Amino acid sequence: MILVDDLVVRFGHVVAVGGVSFAVRPGEAFGLLGPNGAGKTTTVRVLATLLPATGGRAMVAGYDVRREGLEVRASIGYIPQALSADGALTARENLEFYARVTGVPRGVRKERIADAVDAMEIGEWLDRLARTLSGGMLRRLEIATALLNRPPVLLLDEPTVGLDPNARRVVWERLHALREHSGTTILVTTHLMEEAERQCDRLAIMDHGQLVAQGTPEDLLASHEAAVLEDVFVAVTGKMIEEGGNIRDVRRQRRIAGRLG
Amino acid sequence: MFGASAASPAASGRLARPPALSSPPAMRMLAGAHAMARAELQKLRHDHLDLITRSVQPLLWLFVFGTALRHNRALAAGASDYRAYIAPGVMAQAALFIAIFYGLAVIWERDVGQLQRLLATPLPRTAIVVGKAVGASVRALVQASLLLIVLGLTGIGIRWTVPGVVGALALLVCGTAAFACLSMVIAAGVRTRERFMGIGQLIMMPLFFASSALYPLSIMPGWLHVVARFNPLTYEVQGLRQLLLGVGGHGELLLDFVVVIGFLVAMVAAATRAYPRAIL
Repeated sequence: MILVDDLVVRFGHVVAVGGVSFAVRPGEAFGLLGPNGAGKTTTVRVLATLLPATGGRAMVAGYDVRREGLEVRASIGYIPQALSADGALTARENLEFYARVTGVPRGVRKERIADAVDAMEIGEWLDRLARTLSGGMLRRLEIATALLNRPPVLLLDEPTVGLDPNARRVVWERLHALREHSGTTILVTTHLMEEAERQCDRLAIMDHGQLVAQGTPEDLLASHEAAVLEDVFVAVTGKMIEEGGNIRDVRRQRRIAGRLG
Repeated sequence: MFGASAASPAASGRLARPPALSSPPAMRMLAGAHAMARAELQKLRHDHLDLITRSVQPLLWLFVFGTALRHNRALAAGASDYRAYIAPGVMAQAALFIAIFYGLAVIWERDVGQLQRLLATPLPRTAIVVGKAVGASVRALVQASLLLIVLGLTGIGIRWTVPGVVGALALLVCGTAAFACLSMVIAAGVRTRERFMGIGQLIMMPLFFASSALYPLSIMPGWLHVVARFNPLTYEVQGLRQLLLGVGGHGELLLDFVVVIGFLVAMVAAATRAYPRAIL
């Protein structure tokens, strides 16, 4: 469902992604794992057609992200790392807004919104302004807005960053229910090892724009004789995951944490 | 991993054409613009205070500045009094303020990820720009309507005709949308809200003072007259004045509409080109 072949993204002299290749099967939950600045967000942005690739190729739902951007955008639900729900609108108004801009036909709009609300279990607070919702509620609202056009592929950039463990658990429960019910393919970026190990069918570990390992969590643990993914990461990169990132990443994390209160 | 066979439609899981693309681009553009205008109205409904606080400045111009110079016949230039003369200028200035600082919202939306989400939808980029511009125009329209009510209640002598008022509001919507697009072009190249504030002020005040918003072109020194003639705000204000006060020469109204609409088309095109850069 997602194919990435020798993808390269350069910003001037800086190589953000340096020749990454991986494939995601239909219905799979695939994790891109790595520290801040590893190139995960850049890779997802290329897949969402937000950034042009400098080299290589990528396809989503069978469409080339470079040549068939419109078809790709109509086939994905994309949730960026920052909390993107409009705080000045209610949860219901956010849903209505995204139903309209993602081209959900008027005749089925109510039904689609009701289905997305059920899938994410957000029915209780639909009429509250989004800025009054907790971080976990906001994430579920955002995922609900991304489901309205029934995309076969969900691209989630650090969907649980800044959430408390309980809110993380609920978000993942809802995502797994969605996969079981609709067969949605999920590509998720995260720097949380434990979460990646428990929630993803397969993983790719990125560091400094390179893909340094990939496989199922079990295979990665077995091939590196490791007890936890943290040890696998140390084995393939020679460092701990917290060491990555730059000031922009830190600012972004703080801004999200600030919005989450 | 990604050879020719793997990249073939069947192997790569190519799906049927997404249903979201079944309607033509023009319809998607209209739907997007409608959704954004609707969202702006919903935001205004949740936050009345915003409208009230934004209305203070135009009222100060009208009732403090205008009243101080009320009996100056040279400045009134054919209107019943100076307050009536500057009413269209104040209306255009209030709309300009909303439009120019709409770029701040674009930078905020980039910072919180809303812009990325919009750009990752099947909406045409032009639709996002037009939708944002319509959103700014909706705010300006609501504020101008309130100002017209105040003018009516205080008996300031404007010409109350349906074509005049409707035409004035239509011209105001076009002008606001054009300046909102200009603001998006600037926002696309500016990294921080603080820097945008400085640039916004730098643009807004010269646009305002080098136009006929506060004084007629005829009393301007030669160099300022030339600058004002290249300022689209001049044409917006002149058009509003002709529609609301009946002040202006034959054929000038058509020129005012042509200039403002031409400016709008150029700015929509520029903003559409600049917009993808806004997220980098």
